[in-house]
Amino acid sequence: MTRYVLKRILLAIVTIWVVATLTFFLMNMIPGGPFLSEKAISPQATAALEAKYGLDKSLWEQYVTYMNGLLHGDFGLSLKQRGRTVLEIIVTKFPVSAKIGGMAVLISLVLGVSLGCIAALHQGKFWDRFISVFATLGIAVPGFVVCTLLSYVFGAKLKLVSTLGLSDWTSYILPVTAIAFYPTSYIMRLMRSSMLDVLGQDYMRTAKAKGLSGTKQLFKHALRNAILPVVTYVGPMLAYTIVGSFVVEKIFVIPGLGGSFITAINGRDYTLIMGTTIFLATLVILMTLVVDILYKIIDPRIKYD
Amino acid sequence: MAKNPISFQMDLDPADFLPATEEEKQSQVIMRDSISFWKDGFRRLRKNKVAMVSLAVIIIIMIFAFIVPQFYPYSYDMQIKGANNLAPMQFSAAEQAIIDAGGSVFPHFFGTDSMGRDYAIRIMVGTQISLLVGLIATAIILCIGPLYGAIAAYAGGWVDLLMMRIVDIIYTIPDVLLIILLSFALDGPLKALATVPGFTWIQTVGTNMISIFIVFALLYWVNMARMVRSQVLTIKQSDYVTAARALGVKTSTIIRKHLMTNCIGTLIVCATLQIPSAIFTESFLSFLGLGVAVPLPSLGSLASAGLNGLYTYPYLLFIPAAVISLIILSFNLLGDGLRDAFDPKMKK
Repeated sequence: MTRYVLKRILLAIVTIWVVATLTFFLMNMIPGGPFLSEKAISPQATAALEAKYGLDKSLWEQYVTYMNGLLHGDFGLSLKQRGRTVLEIIVTKFPVSAKIGGMAVLISLVLGVSLGCIAALHQGKFWDRFISVFATLGIAVPGFVVCTLLSYVFGAKLKLVSTLGLSDWTSYILPVTAIAFYPTSYIMRLMRSSMLDVLGQDYMRTAKAKGLSGTKQLFKHALRNAILPVVTYVGPMLAYTIVGSFVVEKIFVIPGLGGSFITAINGRDYTLIMGTTIFLATLVILMTLVVDILYKIIDPRIKYD
Repeated sequence: MAKNPISFQMDLDPADFLPATEEEKQSQVIMRDSISFWKDGFRRLRKNKVAMVSLAVIIIIMIFAFIVPQFYPYSYDMQIKGANNLAPMQFSAAEQAIIDAGGSVFPHFFGTDSMGRDYAIRIMVGTQISLLVGLIATAIILCIGPLYGAIAAYAGGWVDLLMMRIVDIIYTIPDVLLIILLSFALDGPLKALATVPGFTWIQTVGTNMISIFIVFALLYWVNMARMVRSQVLTIKQSDYVTAARALGVKTSTIIRKHLMTNCIGTLIVCATLQIPSAIFTESFLSFLGLGVAVPLPSLGSLASAGLNGLYTYPYLLFIPAAVISLIILSFNLLGDGLRDAFDPKMKK
């Protein structure tokens, strides 16, 4: 077990390093400095700017400096938002995204698991069909379609909720629904098939023969085993949530990290792009690590190779 | 000789040991033809109504995307004067005048966009681009993934370990972030390359599209590699592979003839499910403005453009959105059906 955990942690560190290095060199591959696009500046001013941002040194020196900075939590200065560090921007924007993303993850887990169970328990009947159709559709419809459809129907036509910014609690409803839509459908499908699998097992028959009550059978024997595949999906789901937030925050004009990432891309704010990429990638990698280790703890049948 | 009364010896009848008659031999003949893997699979697929309907939908969409635009009266970049923002089936004033004079004008089934381009043809060409992205990306993955997985599994030992660690690392990198980064980083170099004679096609396709393909080639094969590896590991232990090795068959031949043919079911299923995921990614990137080059439409960029006029011209968004959803849905359902038909082991 300890060996496995150590191995995974090592792998995660290597992955983060690969991502950071890749990001750095990809961003430096872009021809033309960040100050070229602006109005003609005198060579002296360009030199001064380059010296300020450390761009006059060799690529290798810049790499070492940047990596060293990363280790100390220093992501550098934003190129477009004068005087603000990238870390500052991440720290102020991320909680907004995390709040929406966290709610979406929670909702999709609760809804997905319970609806998947209901479908499996009513196999072949109306509710099963209804939920299965819903889940299949949910996987096929891209997130931005869900977003725009929601904002069109509920915001523009019915005028039930506000679709711009985060003024009150109702403005959370649409973005959270939009992000949670796909994972919920996916978890429903996953849960349904794994629940059906578990319900056919011998130990379920034994539990029934022992005379256990329905709820005990369901919660103690069926659910505990059936939920394992869902746990493995939590890692990819987090990654999806982050990506989903790009679109959702663009459409609903939410001041979160996803939206600021898109703005940074359109404004070619290289340091902010680099910082955000590395930050989000690290987040996903660490979360996947935690989930994987948790999975091994919950499911004792799995060998730690 | 009298039989001992407490003996367990059977009473044998010499008649049981006579040669079989013709009639008896006939009953031993197998009447049904043996069914090959493909025949069996297709038989099961044909019985699956959902999969067959999805297949029909995909074929219809492909006809509209690839064949109909060849002889459609409008082209995707043709701007019709005075025909801006027409509603579906509506004619512009000039066109109406022609009709009133007795002439005929080909109707705009889906109306026109803000630049007076016929929307139906733009949707069709957009579908074509999106489908091409899905198909090409999947073809790239099909070239790399199985080969990598098979080599890792076949080599075994530290080679396998190293190769699978690389897969683990790639697997955990969030792909969309990397696509965004790459499309940035490759933009300049590709644009420079596009001016070199022989590479001018890059300009029509757009540099973003090339970076999407590169990312697919770099990242998306890992799933397939993993799947093929585990398949190969089981097949490797089988007796016929041992026999082939004992006979001195070359490693490359064993991989091609024995291992690949056995993995083909898994590969088909994987590939079919990969197409919608590629289309999904492309539409997402186009939606963010990182997709195909400007005059060329893709379903994602059409939807993105439609977003701006959502409240006045909602159909500009809803039509491409519906087509994307339909394509992804049909491919998903077809993939499920193929899995049930060709790879019963994978069924969960």
